Amino acid sequence: MEPGPPAPPHDHPHARRLPVAEAHRHEHEAVLDPAHAHAHADVWLSDVSAGYGQRVALEHVSIAVEPGSLLAVVGPNGAGKSTLLKLMAGLADPWTGRIEVLGQPPGREARRVAYVPQAELVDWAFPVVVEDVVAMGRFPRLGPVRRVGPDDRRAVADALAQVGMARHLRTQIGRLSGGQRRRVFLARALAAEPDLFLLDEPVTGIDATTQELLMDLLEQQAERGKTVVATTHDLACAAQRFQQVLAINRTVVAYGPSNLVLDASVLARAYGGHLLILDGRTVVLDDAHHHDDAAPGEHHFHEQSGGRG
Amino acid sequence: MNLLLEPLGYAFFLRALAASALVATVCAIVGTYVVLRGIAFLGDAIAHAAFPGVVVAYMLSIPFYIGAAVAAVGTALAIGYVTKRGELRQDTAIGVLFAGAFAFGVFLFSTIQGYVADLFSFLFGNVLAISPANLVGLLLLGAGVIVVVAVLWKELLYATFDPLGAAASGIPVERLEYLFLALVALTIVVSLQAVGIILVVAMLITPAATAQMLTVRFTRLMLSAALIGMVTAIAGLYLSYWLDVASGATIVLVQTFAFACALAYRRLAHLWRPAPLAEAEGEA
Repeated sequence: MEPGPPAPPHDHPHARRLPVAEAHRHEHEAVLDPAHAHAHADVWLSDVSAGYGQRVALEHVSIAVEPGSLLAVVGPNGAGKSTLLKLMAGLADPWTGRIEVLGQPPGREARRVAYVPQAELVDWAFPVVVEDVVAMGRFPRLGPVRRVGPDDRRAVADALAQVGMARHLRTQIGRLSGGQRRRVFLARALAAEPDLFLLDEPVTGIDATTQELLMDLLEQQAERGKTVVATTHDLACAAQRFQQVLAINRTVVAYGPSNLVLDASVLARAYGGHLLILDGRTVVLDDAHHHDDAAPGEHHFHEQSGGRG
Repeated sequence: MNLLLEPLGYAFFLRALAASALVATVCAIVGTYVVLRGIAFLGDAIAHAAFPGVVVAYMLSIPFYIGAAVAAVGTALAIGYVTKRGELRQDTAIGVLFAGAFAFGVFLFSTIQGYVADLFSFLFGNVLAISPANLVGLLLLGAGVIVVVAVLWKELLYATFDPLGAAASGIPVERLEYLFLALVALTIVVSLQAVGIILVVAMLITPAATAQMLTVRFTRLMLSAALIGMVTAIAGLYLSYWLDVASGATIVLVQTFAFACALAYRRLAHLWRPAPLAEAEGEA
């Protein structure tokens, strides 16, 4: 598939697109009307700092993500991308600052949120088959006692059909390739029918076909008014397939339409020494298969066999 | 046939049979989660930590399982809390707490005069000596554990498989964690009389590990673990009766044998029919 033209900037009466040349930690607060952005945002962070133990992961982050946004979070390893997603998901608490997700403190509207962790955080040897994993997306709405019913089975089948995995219902997840695994987890998110998707590295280490398919699906969701926030190492994908990009390196480097944010000077600030610019063409020297350090208590699964992804 | 029916004429054997089947089933069900979480060591620790409770109950002449439950659940929640705080690695916290608790139990026990034989039965179990009152208490406790798992198995599964995804979608993962530790503790209490403190971890882990060799689906895994646990417990009990040997150890040996068979079966099945590779991608 040919890379399409960059998505047109979202037109909104109070457009809060910052001129990228001036993109700076706090400046966007001056550009947008904070009260308006707050009232209209699906995800809203105000001067948020967070970390693990003594380690600072994020400082003074302020962003407002409108409903229907398709937002890529980019930045080098250790920039705090995963931490940002966890704050939005209510999986970590900020040290300071305020966060609202779907108009409530994080975690309050959890059933309207689908979070997909990095592939490294999943135990692929776990005794579940594809349809079991996707059915988990239905568990929160079912609540205790109630079993998976016909409606849920339909939602699971529909989600699997959307990601092109309908033929693999009964395959143990460890037997799937890397791309197929990502498809299954996106299907789980789709089956939950959320208003907010939080995806940690959904397109890392997968084939081009799968990447196009996943991005098409996420685009559809955004068009229906759902909000998608995804971290990624893949700047080409961020530039071509996401409307908006948030570049972070512990703090906000730039936030706005992808064609403006993914500019050499902004990337130089986000990636620092990991960036190489040749003849005006930007080359990012960042190990795309490496991820942020494990948060305390997290177990990363690195398997030797099974799966070809 | 007579060989099977003859022991059933004894009330003590019937009680032991009921207790063994119950213990094996509860252990296999809870043990399925223990195996999938990779916390076998925690099960062993909680079993040892129950010992001071057993001794205190003995000194106060109250049913042993009440003292054991208090000590085991208390230790389990303490381990959960210390680990959650992140000050110590979980295995370090477990190592410190369980050795300390067990030492306290031995210390208390050594103050009692002349009950060495009972110490042996606490450590290695003696299901044939179970009293009717204890059997009723254990049945109630075991049934309680099974009911809780029946109500929350989906949530426990999701929290075990993907704690982040589950928590983000509104499953109360942290509270489930503490509840699960309490369930492990109560399961161990139910099992103490049958197999004793030292061997209880085998009852918890081995049937689930055996079932894991045979299926890749969670619900089937849990049900086959329960079935394997029950059959091996009954077989072990009969064997110990015929051979006149320790019942708990015999049950554990039968379970270990079943595990070895399942392992061999899986190896052979792989040789016979290599696992199919994942099908080609990009069919969408």
